[in-house]
Amino acid sequence: MSVPRVGLAGAAVALIARDLRLALRRSGDTLQPLGFFLVVTTLFPLALDPQLSLLRDIAPAALWVGALLSSLLALDLLFREDAQDGTLEQLALCGLPFQGLLLAKTAVHWLLTGLPLVLIAPLAAIALGAPYEAMPGIVAALLLGTVALSLIGAVGAGLTMSVKRNGSLLALLVLPLAVPVLIFGARASALAIAGEPLAAPLYLLAAIAVLAATLAPLALAAAVRIGLE
Amino acid sequence: MAWVWFHRFGSPPHFYRLAGKLVPWFGWPAALLCLGGLIGGLLLAPPDYQQGDGFRIIYVHAPAAWLSLLVYVVMASSAAVGLIWRMTVAHAVAASCAVIGASFTALALATGMLWGRPMWGTYWEWDPRLTSELLLLFLYLGYMGLRSAMDDVGRADRASAVLAIVGVVNVPIIHYSVIWWNSLHQAPSVMKFGRPTMPAAMLVPLLLMLAGFSAYFLALLLVRARGELLRRERQARWMAEALLATTPRPPTPPSSTPTATGQVKPC
Repeated sequence: MSVPRVGLAGAAVALIARDLRLALRRSGDTLQPLGFFLVVTTLFPLALDPQLSLLRDIAPAALWVGALLSSLLALDLLFREDAQDGTLEQLALCGLPFQGLLLAKTAVHWLLTGLPLVLIAPLAAIALGAPYEAMPGIVAALLLGTVALSLIGAVGAGLTMSVKRNGSLLALLVLPLAVPVLIFGARASALAIAGEPLAAPLYLLAAIAVLAATLAPLALAAAVRIGLE
Repeated sequence: MAWVWFHRFGSPPHFYRLAGKLVPWFGWPAALLCLGGLIGGLLLAPPDYQQGDGFRIIYVHAPAAWLSLLVYVVMASSAAVGLIWRMTVAHAVAASCAVIGASFTALALATGMLWGRPMWGTYWEWDPRLTSELLLLFLYLGYMGLRSAMDDVGRADRASAVLAIVGVVNVPIIHYSVIWWNSLHQAPSVMKFGRPTMPAAMLVPLLLMLAGFSAYFLALLLVRARGELLRRERQARWMAEALLATTPRPPTPPSSTPTATGQVKPC
């Protein structure tokens, strides 16, 4: 392997296209987190009084806990199969920056769990009694928050890649780290529903997303390399 | 060379001997400082004008909370040293920190709850400091969970080191986000400590307890790190020699007798 023929951008696009194609061939697995999100947000009204005022109060919590858990659900499979069949090793050896390639894989996770969730969240929010005017705020917060959640979660997935049954361990690792995203995301959604200005929590969410996009690939590459040894 | 001490420190036999010698040098001061702090705090210090005798739990609570953070920083730094220089000793120290730190965190939480009952009227208040302490406990538990989930010691060392470093970047973010979250929700908590206004009769025992807890942590860390090295290096020749040197020799020639540890192989 002297000089790679493709650059990082080309390789990343090819990797994303490959992972998306694989995910589409197994659309059942791919849609599971989305269905999980809808079920979780449906459970809240069933467990509570279905009063609109009460639902409106808990809507941010329901949306964000649902988003956090459904993002977690798909993490387990993020690296597992590629680690088992040797794809990750080839990626690590191919001479391109490993961080960039793993960032591409993380982007696929976001495209498959984060983006659909952002698109379907208005539906769940309306079912929970949020007014239409709140939708841009809720969507913007989820857009930024799911990016950060995918990046933070990917580090956890990389660390637990080589552990056999890692579902609950992954949750224990990732959920405390995701607390800031949860706090500011739910806060932004609550402000949006109340019709108040929500720039402050949105800026903080954006800051967390940028920080995660900067630092998470480094930790991720280190974690995956350890898992491959 | 200036770095010789560093590399010598990283050699398991040297660290094992040094740690064994240092344990009493931290252990006894810890006992004396804590004894002095407890006498000063529980008997000599005057009751608080607002909280009466209830405030005296601070002499356990504050040092435990202080150490819960300090231990995490020690754990993450030694994990980073282990990751960068591939030092077994540093990894062993980091691994030993986790249980100690989790215990101090649990102690700080428990005493905080006991304190909250008479002062706030409830065991649990979603106070920023209590909440971030709870999240710190989860971080410790995650670290320990990741370690125990991996069979291979070397891989567990490096993976948990990455986690500890990620955690130490996140601890301030989590802490401040919890503060902002809470300040947006409710008024500042009832209790505020005016640290500078604390009279010397209350402050000196607190400082004694802080020093005592820190010395206790160091002594405990050395004991645990020695144990960790015993487990990791049980096949090494120096370990057999070190154990034979410290255990009293049986009267019969040692060639045929198994020693008390049962792990020692003839070299």
